[in-house]
Amino acid sequence: MGQIIATYAVAVFLLIGAGFALVGVLGLLKFNDSMTRLHAPTKVGTVGIGALLVASIFHSTTLGETSMHELLIMAFLFVTAPISANFIAKVNIHRRACDTPPAPPRGDTWSTLNVPAADLEIDNGKID
Amino acid sequence: MSFATDFMNIALIIAFAVIALAQVLSMVRLVLGPTTGDRILALDTMVINALGLVVLMGISQGVQIYFEVSLLIAMLGFVSTVALARFVLRGDIIE
Repeated sequence: MGQIIATYAVAVFLLIGAGFALVGVLGLLKFNDSMTRLHAPTKVGTVGIGALLVASIFHSTTLGETSMHELLIMAFLFVTAPISANFIAKVNIHRRACDTPPAPPRGDTWSTLNVPAADLEIDNGKID
Repeated sequence: MSFATDFMNIALIIAFAVIALAQVLSMVRLVLGPTTGDRILALDTMVINALGLVVLMGISQGVQIYFEVSLLIAMLGFVSTVALARFVLRGDIIE
C-alpha cells in the first residue's frame, strides 16, 4: 500500500516539476523586458527541479532503498539561485537594458565635501 | 500496483517531453536574446533544464549514480553563470 502511494506521488511530482519548467521557459520566451524576463526562469530552478528531486526521493522509496541525498542538490540550488539572479540583474543594469536606478542626491552633509576654511589650503595643495 | 506503475511511466514520458521542449524554447531565447543579460539567463536556464533531464534519467533507470552527475552539473552551472556575469561586469573574472 505504501509503495502504491509512493508511486502515485512520483507521478504527481513529476507532472508538477514538468509544468513549472514549461511555465518558466514560456515566461522567458514571451515577456518583453529584460528584468521581467529574469522573473520567470528562477522558478524553474527552485520549484521545478525541486519537485523533480522530490519525485526522485519517492522513487527510491518505491525501490526499497530510501535515499535522502537529493536534498543536497535542492539545498545547493536554493542557495545559488538568488545569487545568480542578482548577478544577471547587475549585468542588465550595467548594460543599460532597463531603467537604471536614480543617481544619489548630492548634499553638503558628507564630511569629505564639507571642507572647513582652515583646511582649504591643504585641499588646494598649497602646503606641501 | 500495475495501474500506478503505468501512471508513473506515462508521467515520466510526459516529463521527458516537456523538459526537452523547455530546453529547445530556452535555446530560442538564447539565439534571439537582444541583450547580453538575456543570453546569460537563457544559458542558466538551459543548465537547469539539463539538470532536470539527468534527474529524470536517474528516475527512469533506477540507478543512484546520476546523483553525482546532477550535483556536478548544478555546481558547474552556478560557477559558469557567475563567471560570465562577472566577465561582463568587470572585464575580468578573478581580479
